[in-house]
Amino acid sequence: MKDAIIVTRDLTYIYQAKNAGPLQKTALSDVSLEIERGSCVAIIGVTGSGKSTLVQHFNGLLRPTSGSVVVDGIEVGSKGVDNAALRQRAGMLFQFPEAQLFERTVYADVAFGPRRMKLRRKEIRARVLRALDLVGLPHGEFAMRNPFELSGGQKRRVALAGVLAMSPSILILDEPTVGLDAGGREEFYAYLKRIKEQQGVTIVLVSHDMAEVAALADWLFVLNEGRLALQGETRTVFNQDGALRTWGLAAPPLNELLAILRKGGMAIPDEINTLEEAFDLLQDLRQISEKGQGTCSRTSL
Amino acid sequence: MEQIALIDLQHIIYSYPDQQGESEPIALALNDVSLQVQQGEYLVLLGHNGSGKSTLARHCNALLIPTGGHALIAGRDSAERSNWRTIRDTVGMIFQNPDNQIIATVVEDDVAWALTVRGLPVRVIEERVAWAMQAVGIMHLRGLPPNKLSGGQRQRLAIAGVLALRPQCIIADEATAQLDPLSRQDIVELLHQLNRDYGLTIIQLTHLLEEAALAQRIVVMEQGKIVMEGPPPQVFSDLERLRALRLAIPEPIELAARLRNAGFRISTGALTVETIAQEILH
Repeated sequence: MKDAIIVTRDLTYIYQAKNAGPLQKTALSDVSLEIERGSCVAIIGVTGSGKSTLVQHFNGLLRPTSGSVVVDGIEVGSKGVDNAALRQRAGMLFQFPEAQLFERTVYADVAFGPRRMKLRRKEIRARVLRALDLVGLPHGEFAMRNPFELSGGQKRRVALAGVLAMSPSILILDEPTVGLDAGGREEFYAYLKRIKEQQGVTIVLVSHDMAEVAALADWLFVLNEGRLALQGETRTVFNQDGALRTWGLAAPPLNELLAILRKGGMAIPDEINTLEEAFDLLQDLRQISEKGQGTCSRTSL
Repeated sequence: MEQIALIDLQHIIYSYPDQQGESEPIALALNDVSLQVQQGEYLVLLGHNGSGKSTLARHCNALLIPTGGHALIAGRDSAERSNWRTIRDTVGMIFQNPDNQIIATVVEDDVAWALTVRGLPVRVIEERVAWAMQAVGIMHLRGLPPNKLSGGQRQRLAIAGVLALRPQCIIADEATAQLDPLSRQDIVELLHQLNRDYGLTIIQLTHLLEEAALAQRIVVMEQGKIVMEGPPPQVFSDLERLRALRLAIPEPIELAARLRNAGFRISTGALTVETIAQEILH
């Protein structure tokens, strides 16, 4: 990989209760991976597979028990590391982030992070307004509103703006759309994609929702019992439904459907990954088979 | 003679009590909803967050009492406090997070808990607990502490605890929302199996269309009202309307609809990945 923004080498993490020998649990074993700058990757795996433990290393919330993690040039857990600088570079949006909103106005909430960075007033203001516009909450309309009066999807985007206002180079999203309805989810995806394109930020997504992963990520890491079980391009990984099932995962429904068609003998190339592609292909296949049947019946006559 | 509905909700109106004493009028959570559920039916209540489906479900076992209208469960009016015990024994409920209803430190004791509280004879308790564990497939886990169970297994345990009370109906309120995709399918299959094998009435609440495909009837809610109702093929025939109700259309179903419009012979009854695939193949 040319330009890796996150590199882990033999990362192992053991949760350990103090003074309690047997009460330790290996959450990550020898995980080595690289995440390319500017990409959107997803980390998938069943509950307890180590996803959250892994991403908590990316912004220094956890330090490796052994092995190393380097994030944007900073070695996590080494002595003298400036954790504040690390957390500003790797911004994390936790699950149900709207629960962390607390200010009286949207503006104050988004400004909280930049204020802690001790930026100039003007700079803070510029960042807040830009972040609000980026997440689709035009500042003229939303900056002075009470965050608690917004819809669930809007609140979540306020929380996202709060992270963006810190100008992170990496955005870590832990189950970002859980609990949002379909409309709220679609909007969230649209803004994320725009942020990625305009800001060149690297996105690390942790998700259970395979349709979400398919919509956003270009590269997948599959974790199983704390180990990196598989990695690859999204479409390549999702074409391995059998393997995914052994790890308790399933490909998105459309990939499942295509897998059954393949098993049934239809010639469906691996590149087919979207609804449009599948629709066009099936229409083409039907035309071919109709022609084929035509010749068949003629020869049988 | 027409069968009396197990659950008969008549013109239910409900508004949540004003908690902060604010002067603004609060929108009605349920606005004149009538719904009958027959014994042995498998019903899916579909709707996005805040559509009113949970509020409606809580009227089916007297967790909420209507502000207006009547809720009759097995013929008993929930407005009468003396009916509550019978109503709640008739209609059991499981929720998103099974941990909220797991109490004991061993699986078997947890299933027995509600029966013990009711002071039933030990022999009856043992028999019912064994039956309930068998029915949901957790017999082999009987001696384990619940925290050793996976999310899917804990949800099964919660179902067993309700089942042991021998209800006629179980309401599952987004009972799969916190589970992995595969455990999710497992729980939905289990609910169907209980419906088939024991004639248990099931009311399943979800915002996922793919979980509604195998229901006998779907009721779609929006802003405290029932806006669509019918067997799955009928409800799924109007994808535009479902989308407008902020529900996500599963891609295989969208694909099937588009292929049908393009002249493929795919029946409207094909609503699962498996059946759609088989119809495309033929």
